[in-house]
Amino acid sequence: MYAQMVKSTGTGVKSLDEMDPRERAFQERIDAGEKIEPKDWMPEEYRKTLIRQIGQHAHSEIVGQLPEGNWITRAPTLERKAILLAKVQDEAGHGLYLYCAAETLGVSRDEMTRMLLDGRMKYSSIFNYPTLTWADMGAVGWLVDGAAIMNQVPLQRTSYGPYSRAMIRICKEESFHQRQGFDIMMKMANGTAAQKKMAQDALNRFWYPALMMFGPSDKDSVHSAQSMAWKIKMNTNDELRQKFVDQTVPQAEYLGLTVPDDKLAWNEERGHYDFSEPDWDEFYDVLKGNGPCNRERLAARQKAWDDNQWVRDGLLAHAQKREAMKVAAE
Amino acid sequence: MSAADHEWPLWEIFIRGQHGLNHRHVGSLHAADAEAAIRNARDVYTRRNEGVSIWAVRADDIVASSPGKKGPLYEPANSKVYRHPTFFDIPDDVGAM
Ligand SMILES: [Fe+2]
Ligand SMILES: [Fe+2]
Repeated sequence: MYAQMVKSTGTGVKSLDEMDPRERAFQERIDAGEKIEPKDWMPEEYRKTLIRQIGQHAHSEIVGQLPEGNWITRAPTLERKAILLAKVQDEAGHGLYLYCAAETLGVSRDEMTRMLLDGRMKYSSIFNYPTLTWADMGAVGWLVDGAAIMNQVPLQRTSYGPYSRAMIRICKEESFHQRQGFDIMMKMANGTAAQKKMAQDALNRFWYPALMMFGPSDKDSVHSAQSMAWKIKMNTNDELRQKFVDQTVPQAEYLGLTVPDDKLAWNEERGHYDFSEPDWDEFYDVLKGNGPCNRERLAARQKAWDDNQWVRDGLLAHAQKREAMKVAAE
Repeated sequence: MSAADHEWPLWEIFIRGQHGLNHRHVGSLHAADAEAAIRNARDVYTRRNEGVSIWAVRADDIVASSPGKKGPLYEPANSKVYRHPTFFDIPDDVGAM
């Protein structure tokens, strides 16, 4: 998902009996559906895992602006341009809500940015793929935001108060994102033969990367159990991936497009679609930094950080000078 | 000077919704000064007409009760059940009250 492969504690999940009294009281609060707030006691591993997860989620929102920002100046109409601009601006907002939630756990914004830039923190693998045509704006909104929604809706109930509240705010805004994407796809799919071909090509390129967003298969997902006990992960990767496929395949049919998977078939018995797994070697390779756009994305973040340093410093110096003048005048 | 000293200060943002409600805490953000905090709050928290008025308060200036003292802090109210109208049995014959 936006937070893939978040490492949590390596040891297995402790039973209530194995916990010390504080840990036990903490787990019981979570089991009872209570929210944990910033000043409450929490296990160090809960705090660290959440910083990694929320930080990765925040970075994904911010880096996720790049592939779509790529098309703002080239949107086909003024209306499409205004819509895409608003969508990308929302993603900036999502990043800010999440950075603030992470900061309540005792990490600074600058520190998180440094960890992104030096590779200690990650962002979702999906944003390392290029957006080559206008139809990609449709595919991204439809599939990428669609996959994000699938993960974010249950996270509204997560145990950490600030994270939960950020998710609630984000979910309110995501539906617009997916719909504007699907709207682009409808237009393209019902357009000229060349436009329909572009729409199909976009689906072909984004289908498997979108499936990868949910993270590795449950049997290879080592960090899930503790996170699920802490309610910072609400569903398994495979559960969400299946849900996404089941929801998306009929939408592709509606568009008259073909999902690029020979094995895709409705399984009457399971009541779900059977589908092919994405290429997990490719997934791990992209996470390692070898996707088509990893270098470009990080370079863009580094450049923004460096080029804007003087603005951050200048505004702070100005504010401090004015504050000093005010104090002197009193 | 540590890296954090370069960060813009943190502000807590409160917004009054459309319908004559109280200002409500919506989240926080960083800004160099109060003016910028209000402007940023408009962009971050009211992109869909969520409010008619914004308060920005420096996070450092907020005094909060400690979660650990929950019990003792609220104890005085617990023993005064008569503050609730349902404490009193008023006969139905009396009519609306
Ligand atoms: Fe988002
Ligand atoms: Fe989105």
